[in-house]
Amino acid sequence: MSASTTSDVILEMRDITKTFPGVKALSGVNFSVRRGEVHAICGENGAGKSTLMKVLSGVHPHGSYDGEILFEGHPCSYKSVRDSEKDGIVIIHQELALSPHLSIAENIFLGNEQATRGVINWYKTNAEASKLLTRVGLSEGPDTKIVNIGVGKQQLVEIAKALSKDVKLLILDEPTAALNDEDSAHLLGLIRKLREQGITCIIISHKLNEIAAIADSTTIIRDGMTIETLDMHGAERVTEERIIRGMVGRSLDNRFPDHTPQIGEEIFRLQDWTVYHPQDPSRVVVDHANLTVRRGEIVGIAGLMGAGRTELAMSVFGRTWGTKISGTVFVNGKQVDTSNVTKAIRAGLAYASEDRKRFGLNLIDDIKHNTTAAALGKISKRGVVDQSEEYRIAELYRRKLNTKTPTVDAFVGKLSGGNQQKVVLSKWMFTDPDVLILDEPTRGIDVGAKYEIYTHINALADAGKGVLVISSELPELIGLCDRIYALSQGVITGEVPRAEATQERLMHFMTKEKEVAGR
Amino acid sequence: MTEVTPTGPQDSAATTAAAVPPEAPIKAEAAQAAATKKTNLREYGIVGALVAIVILFQVLTGGKLLMPDNVASLFQQNAYVMVLAIGMVMVIIAGHIDLSVGSIVAFIGGVLAIAMVNWNLPWVLAVIIGLALGLVIGAWQGFWVAYVGVPAFIVTLAGMLIFRGLAILIVGETIAGLPSGFVGISNAGLLGLLGYAGAADILTLVIGIAAIVAFLFSQLRTRRTMKSHDLRVEPSAMFLTKLVGVSLLIAVFTWILAQSAIGTPYVLILVAILILAYAFLMGRTVFGRHIYAIGGNVHAAVLSGVNVKTMNFRIFVNMGLLASIAALVTTSRAGAALAAAGSNYELDAIAACFIGGTAVTGGVGKVSGVIVGALIMGVLNMGLSIIGTNPALQNVIKGLVLLIAVAFDLINKRRAAGA
Repeated sequence: MSASTTSDVILEMRDITKTFPGVKALSGVNFSVRRGEVHAICGENGAGKSTLMKVLSGVHPHGSYDGEILFEGHPCSYKSVRDSEKDGIVIIHQELALSPHLSIAENIFLGNEQATRGVINWYKTNAEASKLLTRVGLSEGPDTKIVNIGVGKQQLVEIAKALSKDVKLLILDEPTAALNDEDSAHLLGLIRKLREQGITCIIISHKLNEIAAIADSTTIIRDGMTIETLDMHGAERVTEERIIRGMVGRSLDNRFPDHTPQIGEEIFRLQDWTVYHPQDPSRVVVDHANLTVRRGEIVGIAGLMGAGRTELAMSVFGRTWGTKISGTVFVNGKQVDTSNVTKAIRAGLAYASEDRKRFGLNLIDDIKHNTTAAALGKISKRGVVDQSEEYRIAELYRRKLNTKTPTVDAFVGKLSGGNQQKVVLSKWMFTDPDVLILDEPTRGIDVGAKYEIYTHINALADAGKGVLVISSELPELIGLCDRIYALSQGVITGEVPRAEATQERLMHFMTKEKEVAGR
Repeated sequence: MTEVTPTGPQDSAATTAAAVPPEAPIKAEAAQAAATKKTNLREYGIVGALVAIVILFQVLTGGKLLMPDNVASLFQQNAYVMVLAIGMVMVIIAGHIDLSVGSIVAFIGGVLAIAMVNWNLPWVLAVIIGLALGLVIGAWQGFWVAYVGVPAFIVTLAGMLIFRGLAILIVGETIAGLPSGFVGISNAGLLGLLGYAGAADILTLVIGIAAIVAFLFSQLRTRRTMKSHDLRVEPSAMFLTKLVGVSLLIAVFTWILAQSAIGTPYVLILVAILILAYAFLMGRTVFGRHIYAIGGNVHAAVLSGVNVKTMNFRIFVNMGLLASIAALVTTSRAGAALAAAGSNYELDAIAACFIGGTAVTGGVGKVSGVIVGALIMGVLNMGLSIIGTNPALQNVIKGLVLLIAVAFDLINKRRAAGA
């Protein structure tokens, strides 16, 4: 947007270079944002998006980078986040920074308490909070505790908090990554509303359809450099493919590898599977679910957030979620006992969690230990681990999955999302399962790495395994799966073969009310 | 039956090569190299601190600290810290804490003395009873932690009160008159079995030489294995310095000990066996791996098939066993059971763990590290006593050392992470 006159420009970052020991994270980035626009930043993980925003907001203080930042025409030298907030620049990080046991109002004014001489004015706090909540479209009372509202609403509380600081430039880092479609739509609507009120917004997102829907401009960053800034309302329509081409530096015509399935006999069957909520045992979360997977088949489970997808998977895998679980699991036609994780693994099941950092990996341990964690018995004799064998196995899977790391001694916490996911896959592949349940296998992974993960999933199916994929991204399910089940409020409401799968059709089943589905 | 053939390797390599930013591996490599260096420095740093403290007190005490009999009693008086710290590090790695071990030492010490003095049991039988009691107490605490889910802090705080109370009930104040065989455990040593070379006990020298040979052998073997898997090893010069340095330390230490009045203290042998056994347990076995897995990420451990309840139970049973061994060496050293025995032992053990680099949040720690931590505490105890420091002031100094050691560690880590 070099054509824009300087008066429209609220933010200009010139020639920003940021070096970490041994790594150049940003090299000569130029970035400018017009007043009142929604400006998206796209790039693969590790491209430098977050670093750029940290430079802007003062997380990386002035002096630790080279280059110049002009905000509303004035050069900035922020030493901390507090400094940038004084100027009206507020950043909302992907991991929300709310205190769970405090109320909405307390969180909104945390660090900015409505107090006179150190004594909090609760009347003012709650009244001001109510006003802000109305602005962001939340109907909850200001005294509601954060633990009692969902992630989508928490995100709105963060925005309300930003508004309380008289925000001029709001930066959202992956705001919809953890949200369901409905909450995402609401959030995007709110961003539009804020734009009308004159608030400029920078949004970092992996969800290209959202960017296409909401952004006025899109800046693409790759390898720490600005590649281009696209005008989303320009003459040429900016498609998702166009953005991807910029992000990966080549055109990615096909986001999914070609795959011809070789489908065999049934390998996994779930019959009348019913699960109740552990905290609220009267609430049925999975309701008489029946599903099958055949050898060599990739089967998807589609469902909105809260439909019970993860709950279904975890209740099957060693009853790690839920209570009053009933129903039967068959592997290779034989009924199996999956009442604890060890038995489930022995029965031939594997489950890769949707949240690999919390549930999948020991981040403070290395790749080799994580790789063997679920099948230590295979490399140990009488309880003693054969470390040579462990190295060999870890190295074998590192090469098979093309995990980017100098050695298998590297700590998993240091790896990128895509490489961490490969370690998770290695771990479950090493247990030699018949059926793999992959919960959001590509969440938070950049486009290039997603393609790799898809290739590995296909390879697993070709090796004669059954693969069950849970995903929130419908295009992913349609592109990857041979057959897709739709789950709505714990009930399997539909089953769609690949040839007939469209987003509309799946969405129809996914939103089907329970009463209609009946049982 | 399907063989694990996860993917067509050529396929994936071809499709992925283009999709991944080329500098990703370089970044990771640099970070990894830095991390490896930091861990090494951390481990050498603490050994360096130990050596510095020894030299400091050697000067302050006018050479008394390293006199043969003092070195022998350094071990005899501080064996309990090492024994307890070995169990404690496992407890802490798994994300718990144990505040009760000092009281357990007093209670089991009381039972040992009653068994020997009041019931006239042979001391070996009394020891067996003591060890069994340790297991039972460990199982009691483990039950509450693992199966009822009461936080270990609470369970062991309760245990601290319960077992101290029981100790006072059964012991009164003191039970003395223990058999000499039992008292010998912490007050005598292997001496003279192979004769003397001048003033030096040959057996002690032989043990020292064997230790050096074993050390060199295991280091070289590890390095060879690492190399054979193309793993990063420390630079040759650094490795050589380490080999020579440690060998020299063992040699000097052996030479000093060989001239002590008791030769190789029995407790040193006991502690050495425990160190080797537990270092193996933590580093090489499935059991040890599961402890690290629980401390590192308990959710991931559960979903990998680790039975967290059973593991927690076993960790506390083990802690009980080690507490009973600590009771044994403490009671033997004192030659009597005291109701007040073992006070603050839990704090000594916890301090040794943290000085030795164990993470407060669990998941990280090593037996070798906490032994060095325990030795630092021991040398402080010994050195301060020799120069006649007021016991109250000794506490102040030990507290400051703990604080500075952990702060130093945190600052180091922050520097490594924030780089």
